[in-house]
Amino acid sequence: MPTIVVEVMPKAELLDPQGKAVAGALARLGSSTFSSVRIGKRFELTFDGPVDDAVLAEVKDIAETLLSNAVIEDVVGIHADAL
Amino acid sequence: MRIGVVTFPGSLDDRDAQRAVRFADAEPVALWHGDHDLQGVDAVVLPGGFSYGDYLRCGAIAARSAIMTEVIAAAEQGMPILGICNGFQMLTESHLLPGGLIRNEAGSFVCRDQLLRVESTSTTWTSGFSAGEEIIIPLKNGEGGYIADAVTIERLEGEGRVVFRYLGYNPNGSMNDIAGISNERGNVVGLMPHPEHAIEPGFGPDTADAMRSGVDGLRLFRSALESALAH
Repeated sequence: MPTIVVEVMPKAELLDPQGKAVAGALARLGSSTFSSVRIGKRFELTFDGPVDDAVLAEVKDIAETLLSNAVIEDVVGIHADAL
Repeated sequence: MRIGVVTFPGSLDDRDAQRAVRFADAEPVALWHGDHDLQGVDAVVLPGGFSYGDYLRCGAIAARSAIMTEVIAAAEQGMPILGICNGFQMLTESHLLPGGLIRNEAGSFVCRDQLLRVESTSTTWTSGFSAGEEIIIPLKNGEGGYIADAVTIERLEGEGRVVFRYLGYNPNGSMNDIAGISNERGNVVGLMPHPEHAIEPGFGPDTADAMRSGVDGLRLFRSALESALAH
């Protein structure tokens, strides 16, 4: 069954306390390779039927109105992922 | 006056809010998230808690519940709506109030008796305060950092729609120390601190006078009652 993946990230200009906490843990583990970490969300929407423009348009609408909040987040990716 | 308090899956302070309404000499009415029915109430309180376990985003799923369709329609007609903590998050998620609330800057849950300044007395819920008055209201949240774009912040400040501001200490990294805001009309107010926990001597926040003596929160509910009686 086809799955459509939606990826959402906190806006780049906003502080991401979760990412900051992970970056702090990395530093404590002795890794100095990475200067920052940001954490986002991945949604997998599974359905029955072909991946066409209509389905992708519906997912885009859902991604922008429910899965993300444009005030604090950006939808950074929508793509079909055949499983 | 009948004030509805909505219970969502995961609401915690709905009973406390009902009790605060009763202490303000109004009649509390329990409302249910799954109903398309406000039961003829005169005002609505969206209480604190962790609706839907804060899944997706705080208040996001509750903001799309059946009762919120009615709350949004009533708010647009001028009905007084108060969103407390998770209720404030629902008001931003349902676009009745601008901006959003993100995880506290320090990354931890904060629980404290919080000093606030009442910045606006022209809302339905703050008409009983005097402008600039300093009050103490308990605050307890993990995602209370208020953010909005620069244009929105400037507009809120310019139009006097910042209703409460943190004093002395900003517990969550809110922009401009914002603790609560209102819509243009002043009937919809959202704030992170919990006025329903400051209504009865012996059970409120600590004040300079005595431990647990703070009752400043009661006046939000009284303000709504007095606004209703005046009309």
